[in-house]
Amino acid sequence: MTVWIGLCGIVGALMRFFLGKIIADNSKNTFPLGTFVINLTGSLILGVLYALHQKGSISGDVWLLVGVGFCGAYTTFSTFGFETVQLVEKGMRKAALFYVLLSAVLGVCFAWIGFLLCV
Amino acid sequence: MNLLFLSVGAFLGTIARYEAGQLVPPAESGFPLGTWLINMAGCLFLGWFFTRWKAPSAIRLGIGTGFTGAFTTFSTFSVETMQLIDAGQAGMALLYAAASVVGGILFAAVGFWIAVQQDKGKAREGGHKR
Repeated sequence: MTVWIGLCGIVGALMRFFLGKIIADNSKNTFPLGTFVINLTGSLILGVLYALHQKGSISGDVWLLVGVGFCGAYTTFSTFGFETVQLVEKGMRKAALFYVLLSAVLGVCFAWIGFLLCV
Repeated sequence: MNLLFLSVGAFLGTIARYEAGQLVPPAESGFPLGTWLINMAGCLFLGWFFTRWKAPSAIRLGIGTGFTGAFTTFSTFSVETMQLIDAGQAGMALLYAAASVVGGILFAAVGFWIAVQQDKGKAREGGHKR
């Protein structure tokens, strides 16, 4: 099972890489929009999966593969931390604060929306 | 070639997160300690690594974007916070969110700072030799 979780992680990370690239290429902002969109959509999907798993609509294996493997690797916390430090270092403290608060609050809201949609 | 490095890193990072998460016993208070420790360790490492390896390369992609990116996770953080609120533990949810966000930034900043100090040390050494 562990190997399959790892393989799903590859799919998630590749999606993060390509989506992040597409968004970065199309936005001239210094705001880390790519990671932002990725983390929020991943939170939404995991909220949906969590509700389905709670209901018994999906098996524990699907939860591990798509939830832990795919969603876990698609979203990222370390890049979020690093980007915030970069914004502060560039003197963009307001953007950093905006990025942090918006990511955390909306992340939980998106997870909840996903959960409520399917519970 | 770059995508191969990214994939290998992501594969190992995902498995490391899964295994590490299972090693940490769930806290009685409900605080999601496993995810927190994983995310903090990843922030510290990435702050250091991305500052030292600035130039785009297969190594940066494999270890940074692939391994560390997949090792840490934002979606689990969001869902765990939601679970705590849903379970009526709003205070614990707030503590977890604050400890993750503030801690993550602090750890990334410490990693960044260590890398900057190392670069300065190197520059000084180079200066003496000249």
